[in-house]
Amino acid sequence: MIGLSDYLFVAAILFAISVAGIIINRKNVITLLMCIELMLLSVNINFIAFSRYLDDLQGQIFVFFILTVAAAEAAIGLAILVALFRNRSTIDVEELNQLKG
Amino acid sequence: MELTFQQLVFYGFSTLLLLSALMVILSRNSVKAVMFLVLCFVATSGLWMLLQAEFLAVALVLVYVGAVMVLFLFVVMMLDIDIAARRHGFTKLLPLALLVAIAFLFILHWLVGDNHFGLEQMEAPSDHDASYSNIRELGKMLYTDYFYPFELAAVILLVAMVAAISLTFRGKRSRKSQDIDKQVRVTKADRLRVIKMESSSSSQQTDSKSDEESNENKDKEQDK
Repeated sequence: MIGLSDYLFVAAILFAISVAGIIINRKNVITLLMCIELMLLSVNINFIAFSRYLDDLQGQIFVFFILTVAAAEAAIGLAILVALFRNRSTIDVEELNQLKG
Repeated sequence: MELTFQQLVFYGFSTLLLLSALMVILSRNSVKAVMFLVLCFVATSGLWMLLQAEFLAVALVLVYVGAVMVLFLFVVMMLDIDIAARRHGFTKLLPLALLVAIAFLFILHWLVGDNHFGLEQMEAPSDHDASYSNIRELGKMLYTDYFYPFELAAVILLVAMVAAISLTFRGKRSRKSQDIDKQVRVTKADRLRVIKMESSSSSQQTDSKSDEESNENKDKEQDK
């Protein structure tokens, strides 16, 4: 049988891969956004696995809302990206240093 | 060791998910990365099907892959990115990335491994009978206990739509429309400029005449 720990471990590996992706891909904001999507996906896998093994539907409700917020985040992130590319004609993270804090 | 059908499905989809996630972060071409991300979502949807979350598995493919990933693909194809330039610094950061990923995995394996969430601690739940409907139960909860958050989610989507449009809307610059107010309010000073010119030719009379003429010519040019 497949235990809960198997699902959690798959989600953990997915999370680690997306963290590594965020560190590697410093040149491309689109890949960073995709890595954030992967992170949210791994969290969703955790939620659904717990929802199944605890026999509680609230985990699935949470995934529903996370998907909604992730869709909104992706839309706004891509809109910012398009506006950025129009103004600076680059999406390199290291060149986006206008907001010097 | 005999693999049951469930284990076969689980390991198949998990391997697909993790390999395509690796390809997302390693592929040079952004379009290919988005395609592998789609594959990731499809594999995850298979895992969720195995966990008997049918509604969310279908919604992930239909809504998420169908809408959000296509949006990603649009943006990737719209932006003109120099692929060769963006690989610079890749190998420099690779050891750091591997180190962080392995540390993450180590900690998470210690946290969620068999000794805490194994089959002894949490046994596999029994399957629901055939009359059980995941969508009906989810809908009952969503429209009773979670009705207020549900409406808030709708408002969030509306705000996201307005924000995305207002961020990318260019305004009137791209249109060649008339501004009637501006046209009516125009004064002589906006269009006409009288300039004094040095007289250059020999005779005084012809000079003043030509001066006037040239002034008129200038005015006409300004008018245009």
